[in-house]
Amino acid sequence: MQYAPLDGNAAAGILSEVFVAEMTVATTTCATCGAMAKVGQLPAYLSAPGTVLRCAACGAAQVRVVRGRDRVWIDLRGVQVLQVGVESA
Amino acid sequence: MRWRVGTVAETVPETPVAVSLRLDVPDWPGHRAGQHVDVRLTAEDGYSAQRSYSVASRPGAERVELTVLRIDDGEVSPYLTTVVEAGDQLELRGPIGGYFVWEAADARPVLLVGGGSGVVPLMAMLRHHAALDHRASVRLIYSVRTRRDILYRDELAQLAGERRSVTIALTREAPDGWSGHVGRVDRDLLSNRGWPPQEKPRCYVCGPTPFVEAIADALVALGHEPADVKTERFGPTGGA
Repeated sequence: MQYAPLDGNAAAGILSEVFVAEMTVATTTCATCGAMAKVGQLPAYLSAPGTVLRCAACGAAQVRVVRGRDRVWIDLRGVQVLQVGVESA
Repeated sequence: MRWRVGTVAETVPETPVAVSLRLDVPDWPGHRAGQHVDVRLTAEDGYSAQRSYSVASRPGAERVELTVLRIDDGEVSPYLTTVVEAGDQLELRGPIGGYFVWEAADARPVLLVGGGSGVVPLMAMLRHHAALDHRASVRLIYSVRTRRDILYRDELAQLAGERRSVTIALTREAPDGWSGHVGRVDRDLLSNRGWPPQEKPRCYVCGPTPFVEAIADALVALGHEPADVKTERFGPTGGA
């Protein structure tokens, strides 16, 4: 069965297991087309064994996340730049 | 982020297929209006299933409220809506998400558009707004199939007032005596019951993916800034 994609908000839980920062408000630059978007807005496909976040502009897979029993694999090759807000230095 | 154990203090039937669970969660760090939690159920054999649910309660509320719609072939929602009772414990992780949130520091007008259970995170925003007696004006447009599917019906009527308008659009049927809108939320309704783009409202749209995309496209077509239209899609995820 093909489900309509959700969005990156639905991946916030698994990302929070790994990243200290809130990743739905991080910005990715697509390695394929250069489009910039908040992670929370990326189309998210959760029906596969892993979670895939795609570029809203070109459809390329930006982020792939797979969770095993005690570890998480994150493939970020579709992201050229990951921009994360932090406290002012 | 670690899993916490919450205890169901109260279950409140909202519609024939929806229940609000009010949870006592020790050490709850507090949430922002619009955030969600992950709920994990684990069977005796170790099999576990996990789903995301929006928090319906306002920030600072005594209990964390989740409103769950039963999906008949679901793995998690039938348990949460028909089996769980006061005293039961649930594992939850949260609050999660920082994108789809409304902050009280924001003085701009607000448009909330919810489809079905997409109204749940918007309810947290409305409750927050009401508890603070916030000065910004909020307009809610809530699309739901039939009158008996309306979540928080009485409370929405109470919350409606000078700075909070509530428009309910029934998409399937208009019962006798229904004075509200009938039919899908379209550009006319967004125009008439929402805000003109010149008012620069923050727009929050939550619901099933096709609903969210139709509404977001319509808002942008009406002249709202895409960056001011925040969306959250939900639907079956098919996995754990």
